[in-house]
Amino acid sequence: MESIAVVGASLAGLRAVETLRREGFDGRLTLIGAENHLPYDRPPLSKVMLAGGWDESNLSLRTNPYDDLDLDLRLGTRASGLDLDPARRAVLLDGGDRVQADGILLATGSQARTMDGLPGHELDGVCTLRTVDDARDIAARLDASPRVVVVGAGFIGSEVAATCRGRGLDVTVLEALPQPMVRGLGPMLGAVCAQLHRDHGVDLHLGAGVEGFEGDGRVERVRLVDGRTIDADLVVVGIGVVPATDWLEGSGLTLDNGVVCDATLRAAPGVVAAGDVCRWPNPLFDGELMRLEHWTNAAEQGVAAALRLVRAGPDEAGAEPFAPVPFVWSDQYDVKIQSAGRFTGEDEVAIVHGTTEEYRFVALFGRAGRLIGALAFSRPRNLMQYRRMIFERASFAAALEHAHAAS
Amino acid sequence: MKVVVDFDKCESNAVCMGIAPEVFEVRDDDFLYILQEEPDESLRPKVEEAARMCPKLAITIEG
Ligand SMILES: Cc1cc2nc3c(=O)[nH]c(=O)nc-3n(C[C@H](O)[C@H](O)[C@H](O)COP(=O)(O)OP(=O)(O)OC[C@H]3O[C@@H](n4cnc5c(N)ncnc54)[C@H](O)[C@@H]3O)c2cc1C
Ligand code: SF4
Repeated sequence: MESIAVVGASLAGLRAVETLRREGFDGRLTLIGAENHLPYDRPPLSKVMLAGGWDESNLSLRTNPYDDLDLDLRLGTRASGLDLDPARRAVLLDGGDRVQADGILLATGSQARTMDGLPGHELDGVCTLRTVDDARDIAARLDASPRVVVVGAGFIGSEVAATCRGRGLDVTVLEALPQPMVRGLGPMLGAVCAQLHRDHGVDLHLGAGVEGFEGDGRVERVRLVDGRTIDADLVVVGIGVVPATDWLEGSGLTLDNGVVCDATLRAAPGVVAAGDVCRWPNPLFDGELMRLEHWTNAAEQGVAAALRLVRAGPDEAGAEPFAPVPFVWSDQYDVKIQSAGRFTGEDEVAIVHGTTEEYRFVALFGRAGRLIGALAFSRPRNLMQYRRMIFERASFAAALEHAHAAS
Repeated sequence: MKVVVDFDKCESNAVCMGIAPEVFEVRDDDFLYILQEEPDESLRPKVEEAARMCPKLAITIEG
């Protein structure tokens, strides 16, 4: 392999190019990114970056100089398609350029889902949060002490709400479901997340569908499906993300809620994917097709996909399946929420290592006798032990025993 | 090899402990403890992975 192109200059793409150089790949290495920024860290955007005292030096994802990586770096450059013909494999760029490459790594991540179908979505002050530019814009608006309405009580919406409450702002959260994150966590833990917001003075409306936004040029209120209106100077829409695959339509790759790969992260001969854009069957969970939208996955998968490109060899014998335990964290108020594994509200659940009332506990999730997930509120040490047990395919009974032995 | 953690950056999320429990431990007081500041060379791959996966880039390896 003499040349490799990585599309998407964020966490997964950066960890990929770092891995390639560490592995001794010394060919031409092109990193293509649509944003005009070097790779930066997104989690702080909804946390410290909105808390006031904006300091972008906190966002760097690399401690060593970029020169060490000897990259052909194309920032502010959007890829528009692929040429998958093995004889002239290439990434096509906006404007007509081609980047010829023996290997291609797709890491274009995801983008915020918008409410563009709704009336008033174009009003000034209706925002989404995905990029550092979005965050800078929202941070500047927060300085004017707006009444904030957050649409969606998922992780990012909840963090924005928590950070704004930390600044003493009036915050309303609108969630269409009967409890926050009820599909993933179930009604009991969803209610704990709801109570956490209410304890901190958030005006939380559940089962509240948004019908549109109203105002004269600037947003002034949000109209709900049931006819009520809620005054707002700033609306942050946090209703999830969609994988950035629009540019791959018609490329010949399989697209279905992400770039569909095999268990070794290969999307097509010479093409692999990593990060928020990648959907692959995780062998650790019986080959369930997963697309993860979390930091640790982007970092781990960036490494794994890069290794897969350079280590597999012509006969593919060196290709290893990617079988991680999904891990995500979210910081809300003074609570550190962490989750490991793959679970739904339908699974068996047991609360250990504390109580939900004190917001310090671990919820263990079991399915068919196996420990498949754990959710912790401010219990990092315990959570990591269960992450390991999930990896080792421990039984649910063994996890409960571990919990009882520890307390 | 010497393991150094920038405790101003560390947020005790225990990711490093999940990867290299021989070297890193977050205790019930929510602080990170380095169990071995100069771990054996055989642990280098794990410690390097922990440094790479630390969400705060708080871990550096000297030597
Ligand atoms: C506000 C916020 C808070 C978060 N907090 C947490 C958290 O607490 N914990 C957690 O685990 N995760 C968190 N995440 C999620 C985490 O940041 C993502 O999972 C991670 O950034 C994914 O990395 P990625 O490299 O796959 O993609 P992305 O970071 O989405 O980057 C993809 C890059 O590709 C570029 N791109 C897209 N299309 C093209 C194209 N056609 N050509 C060229 N470039 C293109 C994009 O511009 C972008 O720069 C948060 C995300 C946000 C936005
Ligand atoms: S992974 Fe990093 S931030 Fe987390 S406990 Fe370890 S050193 Fe601290």
